[in-house]
Amino acid sequence: MVQPVIRVAGLGKSYETAAGLFPALKGVDLDVRPGEFIAIMGPSGSGKSTFMNLLGCLDTPTVGDYFLAGENVAHMDKDALALLRNRTLGFVFQGFNLLPRMSLQDNVALPLVYAGVDRETRQAKARELLAKVGLGNYAESLPNRISGGQQQRVAIARALVNEPRLILADEPTGNLDSHTSEEIMRLFEELNGEGITIVLVTHEPDIAAHCKRQVRFLDGQIVSDQLTTGDSA
Amino acid sequence: MIHPMLGEAWLAMGANRLRTALTMLGMVIGVGAVVIMMAIGQGAQYAVQQTISTMGSNLFIVLSGSFTTAGVRSGSAGAPTLNVADANAIAELDGVVNVAPTHQGTRQLVYGSQNWSSQVIGTTPEYLDARAWNIVNGAGFGDSDVRSATRVAIIGKTVAENLFGDDDPVGKTMRIQQNPFIVIGVLGSKGQNLDGRDQDDTVIIPLTTAQRKVFGTPFLGSVRMIMVQAESAETMPRTMESVTSLLRQRHRLREGVPDDFFMRNLSAAAESEAETTRTMSILLGAIASISLLVGGIGIMNIMLVSVTERTREIGIRMAIGARQRDILSQFLLEAVMISFAGCLLGLLLGLAIALAINAFTGMVIVISGSAALIAFVVAAGVGIFFGWYPAQKAARLDPIEALRYQ
Repeated sequence: MVQPVIRVAGLGKSYETAAGLFPALKGVDLDVRPGEFIAIMGPSGSGKSTFMNLLGCLDTPTVGDYFLAGENVAHMDKDALALLRNRTLGFVFQGFNLLPRMSLQDNVALPLVYAGVDRETRQAKARELLAKVGLGNYAESLPNRISGGQQQRVAIARALVNEPRLILADEPTGNLDSHTSEEIMRLFEELNGEGITIVLVTHEPDIAAHCKRQVRFLDGQIVSDQLTTGDSA
Repeated sequence: MIHPMLGEAWLAMGANRLRTALTMLGMVIGVGAVVIMMAIGQGAQYAVQQTISTMGSNLFIVLSGSFTTAGVRSGSAGAPTLNVADANAIAELDGVVNVAPTHQGTRQLVYGSQNWSSQVIGTTPEYLDARAWNIVNGAGFGDSDVRSATRVAIIGKTVAENLFGDDDPVGKTMRIQQNPFIVIGVLGSKGQNLDGRDQDDTVIIPLTTAQRKVFGTPFLGSVRMIMVQAESAETMPRTMESVTSLLRQRHRLREGVPDDFFMRNLSAAAESEAETTRTMSILLGAIASISLLVGGIGIMNIMLVSVTERTREIGIRMAIGARQRDILSQFLLEAVMISFAGCLLGLLLGLAIALAINAFTGMVIVISGSAALIAFVVAAGVGIFFGWYPAQKAARLDPIEALRYQ
């Protein structure tokens, strides 16, 4: 059997609040195998954002284990987590989160700077990926020169630049109109078709319908986990 | 790793040009002030050292003692207690380099239709050695001139100008107290001494000639003053002690009888003058560095603002793999670059103003490489010191919080 990209076992996270310890995530188990395309769904406060932050190695769990590419990362220190985010994960955010002063090419190449890759390789790689997402002609432009959908494509190129094992997308279409959202989802489907594993948070059923598997959160627990059926939801 | 970060720091500085420029201005003024103050302070020190070096180094003088007649005391060099034999005996002591017995006073000089009042010093050839005084025109006199009391004179620049005008004084005859003297040499210029007296307004003649023809002496061979040059500043106190005991022995002074001569350390006065200017120079530098400190605080202030403004950027960088030390060095580098750029401009500004001060007021300024080096090191230090806290603050941000920041 193929080793899962993600294996989460009994994962829990509690926050200190004025009212006492608040359990945002209550013992979650989940396996993600290579090549999967999963939608994480659920209302606000269901724990899906907490879960994504843990998957993204931006936070550490209170209890439980998280194996990322076979390695237990639940208790790693901050530098080790930074290294994982840099080498193993790619992030796509709702707000695109490009750095406004840098050209698109430099934005895409930024993870490679922290990976210590030399300048020529960085630029070549960044241009290649910009071309892949259809923005090859905008390499020297600044982010504010292009549309939101184009910015999100650049962000996807940036997420891909380090050849990650997994792409984490947090409401990637939340700031886009339905037409552009469709385009972005088609890009994700294409990438998944090339074998890239994607975990995507959304609360829109028609966005989730693009994914192969849908996991639903409620009150810090997984309430349903099913494969997408039919050709639309 | 450093290379792309330099570019980023440059971009960040360029993103808000006015703010960066104003922040830099604090450093420009600080470094500029330090450079100017150091240039002026070191210039003052240099000027004093120049004056001191014209006096001659490691010198002390022995003056003949005072005498008391009916309760009236004569003051130093009033009594004829020193003589040439004393000087010769001092010359035999260890640690003594030059000994010059002198007899001096103010006399009227006459040449042709010109006359001029000047200080006349009767002494031996060692006097010029002790004072490191060279002859620029003609020659000096020798021991044989002292032995035979020849009427020759070496004159200072001021005397030459006032008495001889454009004529070449060497070989001319002038009169001191009706006695004709042949001018055989002109001294190099020494300028003013520490008291402000013109050292070039001087005529030097053989000691014996002075004693017999110009001043007259109570006893043959008595002198008012003996100038002694010690080997070094360190051995000077010891040399002065041995001169004291030698003279007491020669003058047959018993235990408990006070000295019949006075001693004065010329170098000590000069040293204290040098010390004063050194202190002043340090004080000026210290005051100037306060403005450097203020400039540093300006950098810290702006970096704190910058960290807050760029919280989201920091979150993004962390999400894509920046470690804490990457964020720390990014902001630290930015602070150091602002500091360095400010320092460089301050250095140029300081130099320009220092040169302008020199050009317009004639004040002596000294621009030393060490001052520039100090300014640079301080600027880098200020950048790191005041950049550290904001950079640390940036590096310790929680990536989730930072990403959520609007």
